[in-house]
Amino acid sequence: MGKITYREAVRAGLREALQSDPRVFLMGEDVGKYGGTYACSKGLLDEFGQERIRDTPLSESTFVGAGIGAALGGMRPIVEVMTVNFSLLALDQIVNNAATIRHMSGGQFSIPLIVRMATGAGRQVAAQHSHSLEGWYAHIPGITVLAPATVTDARGMLLAALREPDPVFIFEHAYLYSIEGEHDESALPVDLTQAAIRRTGTDISLITFGGSLWKALEAADRLAQEGISAEVVDLRILRPLDISTVLTSVRKTHRAVVIDEGWRTGSFAAEVSAQIMEGAFYDLDGPVGRVCSVEVPIPYPKHLEDAALPQPEKIVRAVHTLMG
Amino acid sequence: MTRIVDRDHGLELLRQMLRIRRFEEKCAELYSRGKIRGFLHLYIGEEAVAAGAIPCFGPDDAIVGTYREHGHALIRGTPMGSLMAELYGKANGCARGRGGSMHFFDAARRFYGGLAIVAGGLPLAVGLALAQKLTPPSSPLNKGGNKEGVTACFFGDGAVAEGEFHESLNLAALWKLPVLFLCENNLYAMGTALGRHQSQTDIARKADAYAIPAEAVNGMDVLAVEAATRKAVDFVRAGNGPYLLEYRTYRFRAHSMYDAELYRTKAEVAQWKQRDPIALFQQQLRAGGLLTDSDLDTMGTAIATEIAEAVSFAEMGPWEPLEDLTKDVYTPAKPAG
Repeated sequence: MGKITYREAVRAGLREALQSDPRVFLMGEDVGKYGGTYACSKGLLDEFGQERIRDTPLSESTFVGAGIGAALGGMRPIVEVMTVNFSLLALDQIVNNAATIRHMSGGQFSIPLIVRMATGAGRQVAAQHSHSLEGWYAHIPGITVLAPATVTDARGMLLAALREPDPVFIFEHAYLYSIEGEHDESALPVDLTQAAIRRTGTDISLITFGGSLWKALEAADRLAQEGISAEVVDLRILRPLDISTVLTSVRKTHRAVVIDEGWRTGSFAAEVSAQIMEGAFYDLDGPVGRVCSVEVPIPYPKHLEDAALPQPEKIVRAVHTLMG
Repeated sequence: MTRIVDRDHGLELLRQMLRIRRFEEKCAELYSRGKIRGFLHLYIGEEAVAAGAIPCFGPDDAIVGTYREHGHALIRGTPMGSLMAELYGKANGCARGRGGSMHFFDAARRFYGGLAIVAGGLPLAVGLALAQKLTPPSSPLNKGGNKEGVTACFFGDGAVAEGEFHESLNLAALWKLPVLFLCENNLYAMGTALGRHQSQTDIARKADAYAIPAEAVNGMDVLAVEAATRKAVDFVRAGNGPYLLEYRTYRFRAHSMYDAELYRTKAEVAQWKQRDPIALFQQQLRAGGLLTDSDLDTMGTAIATEIAEAVSFAEMGPWEPLEDLTKDVYTPAKPAG
């Protein structure tokens, strides 16, 4: 497949999902005629028809809930929610139904549902379209939470999610859609169990996921010029978290910075940091650092938005602090 | 009142209403003895709705209920013992004791809860109906050769204030889905009277806004419930899209066991009890010469035995072992290869 954009990778995954299983259908706001807000489903309506590519009303709670019901009824729905901010309108269905029904029914029902949504900031769309709430979702037992950061994962994790018997939530960082990357066909099928080491290093572990992966890799490049060898861990899956890959890395480097676009307080980075402390405290040469978003609704002007988010220079600075 | 023609049918409707009534009276007693804990929402007074409506649905149809669903599960055919065991929180309950009173589930009978977020079941029912529409008997996906299935979605008058009610009616009508929206209007959203939370208290009329046919029915008359539901099911099964029924009914007991009932008068409750669906139907059967004292005795004895066996099944049931606490949060992974 060579070099493709993240958007093309998502579309390729959707097309394969629709081709491979007649029970699969896609529904969401503007996924059909419009081609998807981020053009992920462009062309799919013509290819698969309106029974399988379903434009929905602006009723997040009901079309996510209908996805749950259709999954209970034997289908394999893929629901697209335009952005994570809009998914809050569907939280009742997600938290109270999707995540609970298997357990609450004593294991009688499974819900093989995929919900995809855009997350994250960096496009100057202000405080109602820019947040990173995947850490909230990762708090909820009963669901799986994915954060594909590469084009290979964008396609591969969607296809892997299709084989899961329980609800899977896929968070696609909106900034990544136009990013081009090398699609590694040999990596398929990808697993949904392990974090990935995206760059090996010996002096410090930079632990991150989603859109922040690319900032961490850029920071690692800059650190290399100073002679600091940073290892970059891409968590990929926020729930269930593969903490063992993280701990193995930290035991080797003895230092860690966690980078997370969520707000610092109660962030997913806080969870990772706590688990490092629990699992590798005596291997650490210093406290675990965190680079998170500043605690402000994401502002519109570029200079303020940039300042609110994790950036390569902030990551480099955090590493300097830790390494004295 | 509608006329009954068939004695066996009349006796069966009466028997089913009595099963619910006696079962729930036992539940209340067991609650005060500490055998049942948590929230317990009794259906007493509303029995004609479940007893009249549920038998209109076949085994391929799906049922979505609320947290006041004891009667629905009983009439659907879930054994009374497994319901009582669920109320006890025992592992032999219909949801392995994980749900309790508000969360009865029964996959074999396509009973999808037991859902306790008001209106939260409507989107789910829309999705179940979508799956039914996408897998008609002609579909290669329909491997079991199932008939045209429909989904019955029960909810209360409180639910019509939620956004999900309006979203779900719209989507079901837009996509012409085979779903019946069955509103059990008992006049109170917990303790808030309909007129205190709705600008339009005629619930059936709300369906007009979504181009859904609707009808309000006397929910204290089991034959009226049955006739209206049968007609609505036929309409939906024929592929005409959704239908809304409003069953006008009344709950005789408190909202839950914690309710001091400050929001309604004793006189109002007493007045509604004059319309007790079981007493009225008994009178009607007697007047028609279809019910004798001996019928009632036989019925009463059989129900008492069924309840005693259900209690004993629950008492004897095992507790889920602690090591299974997190079981069924996720589907277990299939062994490799």
